[in-house]
Amino acid sequence: MSGTVNSSPSLREWLLSDRPASRRQARLGRAYVIWRRFSENRLALAGLLIILGLIVVAVFAGQLAPHDPTQGDLRYARLLPPGAEGYILGTDDQGRDILSRLIYGSRLTLMVIILVAIIAAPIGLLVGTVAGYAGGWVDAVLMRITDIFLAFPKLVLALALVAALGPGIENAILAIAITSWPPYARIARAETMTFRNSDFIHAVKLMGASPIRIVTLHVMPLCTSSLVVRVTLDMAGIILIAAGLGFLGLGAQPPLPEWGAMIASGRRFILDQWWVAGMPGFAILVVSLGFNLLGDGLRDALDPKEAGQ
Amino acid sequence: MSTATPIVKGRHGRSRASRRLWSVLGFLVTVVTTFLGLLAITFFIGRVVPIDPALAIVGDRAPAHVVERVREELGLNLPLWQQFFIYLKQALTGDFGTSVLTTHPVMEDIKRVFPATVELATVGTIIGAMFGVPLGVLAAVKRGSLIDQLVRLIGLIGYSVPIFWLGLLSLVFFYAKLQWVAFPGRIDIVYEYTFTPVTGFFLIDAIMQGEWEIFWDVFRHIILPASLLGYVSLAYISRMTRSFMLNELSQEYVIAARAKGLSEARIIWFHALRNAAVPLITVIALSYASLLEGSVLTETIFSWPGLGLYITNSLQNADMNAVLGGTIIIGAVFIGINVLSDILYRLLDPRTSR
Amino acid sequence: MNMLSGKTMRMLLAGAGVTMVMSLAPQAFAASPADTLVIGFAIDDIISIDPAEAFELSTAEVTANSYNLLVRLNPDKTSEVVNELADSWTISDDKLTYTFKLKPGLKFASGNPITAEDVAYSFERAVKLDKSPAFLLTQFGLTGDNVTEKAKAADELTFTLTVDKPYAPSFVLNVLTSTVASVVDKKLVVSKAKPVTPTAEYKYDTDFGNEFLKTGYAGSGPYKVLAWKANEAVVMEANPNYFGEKPKLKRVIYRYMKESATQRLALETGDIDIARNLEPGDLAAVSKKDGLATTSAPKGTIYYISLNQKNANLAKPEVREAFKYLVDYDAIGETIIKGIGEIHQTFLPKGQLGALNENPYKFDVAKAKELLAKAGLKDGFTVSFDVRNTQPVTGIAESFQQTAAQAGIKVDIIPGDGKQTLTKYRARQHDLYIGQWGSDYFDPNSNAETFSSNPNNADDAKTKTLAWRNAWDIPELTKETQSALLETDAAKRAAIYEDLQKKVLADGPFVNIFQQVEVAGYSKKLKGFKLGPSFDTNFVNTVSKD
Repeated sequence: MSGTVNSSPSLREWLLSDRPASRRQARLGRAYVIWRRFSENRLALAGLLIILGLIVVAVFAGQLAPHDPTQGDLRYARLLPPGAEGYILGTDDQGRDILSRLIYGSRLTLMVIILVAIIAAPIGLLVGTVAGYAGGWVDAVLMRITDIFLAFPKLVLALALVAALGPGIENAILAIAITSWPPYARIARAETMTFRNSDFIHAVKLMGASPIRIVTLHVMPLCTSSLVVRVTLDMAGIILIAAGLGFLGLGAQPPLPEWGAMIASGRRFILDQWWVAGMPGFAILVVSLGFNLLGDGLRDALDPKEAGQ
Repeated sequence: MSTATPIVKGRHGRSRASRRLWSVLGFLVTVVTTFLGLLAITFFIGRVVPIDPALAIVGDRAPAHVVERVREELGLNLPLWQQFFIYLKQALTGDFGTSVLTTHPVMEDIKRVFPATVELATVGTIIGAMFGVPLGVLAAVKRGSLIDQLVRLIGLIGYSVPIFWLGLLSLVFFYAKLQWVAFPGRIDIVYEYTFTPVTGFFLIDAIMQGEWEIFWDVFRHIILPASLLGYVSLAYISRMTRSFMLNELSQEYVIAARAKGLSEARIIWFHALRNAAVPLITVIALSYASLLEGSVLTETIFSWPGLGLYITNSLQNADMNAVLGGTIIIGAVFIGINVLSDILYRLLDPRTSR
Repeated sequence: MNMLSGKTMRMLLAGAGVTMVMSLAPQAFAASPADTLVIGFAIDDIISIDPAEAFELSTAEVTANSYNLLVRLNPDKTSEVVNELADSWTISDDKLTYTFKLKPGLKFASGNPITAEDVAYSFERAVKLDKSPAFLLTQFGLTGDNVTEKAKAADELTFTLTVDKPYAPSFVLNVLTSTVASVVDKKLVVSKAKPVTPTAEYKYDTDFGNEFLKTGYAGSGPYKVLAWKANEAVVMEANPNYFGEKPKLKRVIYRYMKESATQRLALETGDIDIARNLEPGDLAAVSKKDGLATTSAPKGTIYYISLNQKNANLAKPEVREAFKYLVDYDAIGETIIKGIGEIHQTFLPKGQLGALNENPYKFDVAKAKELLAKAGLKDGFTVSFDVRNTQPVTGIAESFQQTAAQAGIKVDIIPGDGKQTLTKYRARQHDLYIGQWGSDYFDPNSNAETFSSNPNNADDAKTKTLAWRNAWDIPELTKETQSALLETDAAKRAAIYEDLQKKVLADGPFVNIFQQVEVAGYSKKLKGFKLGPSFDTNFVNTVSKD
């Protein structure tokens, strides 16, 4: 690559230019720097690969799964060990192929994560920005409510909520979402407080914008980036709570191949047929690790100070 | 609940004492409202559960008229808000009603099972800190090295593993196959009816009474579940230790100490770690609180007769008094530990006490 | 701290009454308790051990081993009842009055003598407390107002019971073998009774010692109950005043263990002597293990799927029949319930009077589809299915979900904890429900009354049988069931029950699947351990240990 500034710039140099000519260039440039820092971290890349793999498996579940995930052969294919003919990871107590169930289960896992994120993050964002922007008693009341929810142990609250709402994956998602929003509200509030007295908000105010307009159009967008990182970091936790609920029999309904519920039903066979509970647990570990690696890498890339590098 | 907002420096007009008073008062109001909110939410969750509480009292095979009568006796026909105020009044005096499952007052049950959970979480936290702090320091010192990466991976796996699954597998391995540890429960049935706990913490009781055989038995029961919980807290503690240590190691006094020719080990383990200790205590306290919660699943796997098992058992038997009481206690302990770590932070941190 | 101060401390605390574990005698166990039988058992159904209140299966066993009855079912020959506290009984010619002569000189564990007064008091408190099992006695016309007249002590050793209709004597005697008729120590219970303020619902000024007996003991059986700790253990100790053969072991501990795998592990490591809730896989593993053995006994519990007739689709006779073809009985029998149940499609369990052992239905999708087409449901339909989170019902429900799908029926399983599904079932808000029915006493009427009678199908009916819960309106069958009660000729009575079973089998909303076989794995060190034909005939006093 040429070293002189005046020669026609390569893409890399254009991106890394310290005098970006346009806003787009600046943004892309920043993204590129983040990506470079991110991609230097091999563990983070591995995490990204796992998540991409999860998405691919979920999308192509129909093509990838060798068997029907819900129809088994109770009489002739029950509790077969891994490697049995046609069943790479063995079968469960209903004679269903565990691999196929894991493959279809990835869809449920993705669904839980995505739905929880799109329910909880906006609630947190709304509560946090309103509290932060309005201040005064609105802030006090909203933050007290947030504190109350934070005071609950997440799993115990989710347990009680699912017990109240009735079992089922939708209710589990709702319960997890209800327990997940408070930290987002806190983050959004903290961010909002830093912007509240900034010049540009004052400028917008002077132009006569209503508070609703300011919050939704100007404050909220500024809070999203830190929220996205936090949500990514939380995803592994969401998977684990969902699995915990499934394990306690409060998650998905049978015959849905939810991984936590699969461990619960395989638990009875753990002594002689370890794979029935072993395989789904391993799947949870891998995916949840993937999200953690990804989130960790993202945080380091976005905030190098935190990582101390 | 991280209430660790630094005390705002008061204006000159107000005296230091009154400033402090106000901040303490505000703090108290926060704690009290949070606790009341906790009570209210738990109560309303408990009342919308679509389970007939009367069934829990009379059993599955009771004829219909018996169920009806018990429903009326329980006052389930009163308006909801009235039921809540009755509940609130009683709860504030420590009366959470009677558990239908055990026939004892819920508070009495909690007093009996809570030490088991505390003992488990305490041993878990000790294990977590014992390994987590050195690993974190090591990772910080050897930043970017293979060791650093390894510690990071170990930590992230701890964050990612479903603890109930790891519990199951380790139970099969260490109990069923190797028979290294004991299971289930806290103590062998042989001792259960001869051993009289005093504090409720069996390890301490056994030592106090000089019953070494029992101590060994209790230890064999607690070590596996506590190690699992310890692993989870290790993940958190090692990570935070690393981050605090990195921060300390870049401070000027470290450079000065190096210049003075102090040994590297002394700088790391004595000076830097001592300064990192203040935020670290907060971290350990918070991880302790989360272990109390984490014990719900662990206790289920290990038949550990603590609060987590008590709550799940009660939940399965529609024993809502017990569920609510247990949830409130866990919530209250959560609040308590947060408050405590907050106070500790303020007391110990040189920047805030100055 | 040294041993001495430890002991002193313990004594001080015991004196102050602070002992956490119930004040169990100070004598220490040996490291390996050779005099103690430890049983791993899912005792979480126990809610009270008062015989007048307890109606749960595990409690039945505890009560049977710790209390005595006037007469008891003969475990070796279930068609007869034998004397226990009674020395003899006579029945008046009009079949209304039963007179029991008690054996003289018997004592309760407390040392108080056992008299007819105690028997009468036991009946009185059961009827007046009116807890879950009280209907067993009140069905004979006993009420709070007349019980002291109808069940009374004629003299110190003579007890008379007067019933309201000339029932078949076998019916009355069989009912009297149930645990609610256990005889409690009147003197002891009265001394522990607490005064209560009478209300409109409860007209008496005493609790008849109910609060005490919930966890306490006032009986005369081979073992006395020292303690029941919910979800932890039931501890029993040999009763030195027991009048029969002395129990072989000094102490019996029922240790709460919910899961089969846990019980199996504990049995293998020697932590427990008997595992009582083994599932098929663990049962098979235990039977192959050196030093361990298994035993089994059929029980009077029937597992069934029921179809709520309030659901328009399920109310069609063809659909009811089609469902009976949609269970893969053979596969279930060979896998999920292997060793713990036998396929059984009629409502009377094997061993009871008149029980039919016919299993005409086989898994047959084509036949089911044909029937569904006839009902106008060629394309199938969707139906919800309330299922408890316990095995083997969950496994059976999932299997049924798959086989029903083959006939186009989409089954939506709603898993729930026991109380949750039962709340719905009792309110008739389910579509499909999978449940079990255990005979309340060893007489065909227990099951017939619930499966084939429904005196009033209205939502506010007083009698809520299983037929009622599924809104199955059957006036004819109800009459027939009631007629069997008054039929004193055993053969004719049996014939009525056979007829009822055939009708329910053909047309009823119950898809009966199997009859439970109770199993246990035990250490070969044990001698004399066996399971009885009912839950209240599993005796442990005959067990000894090498």
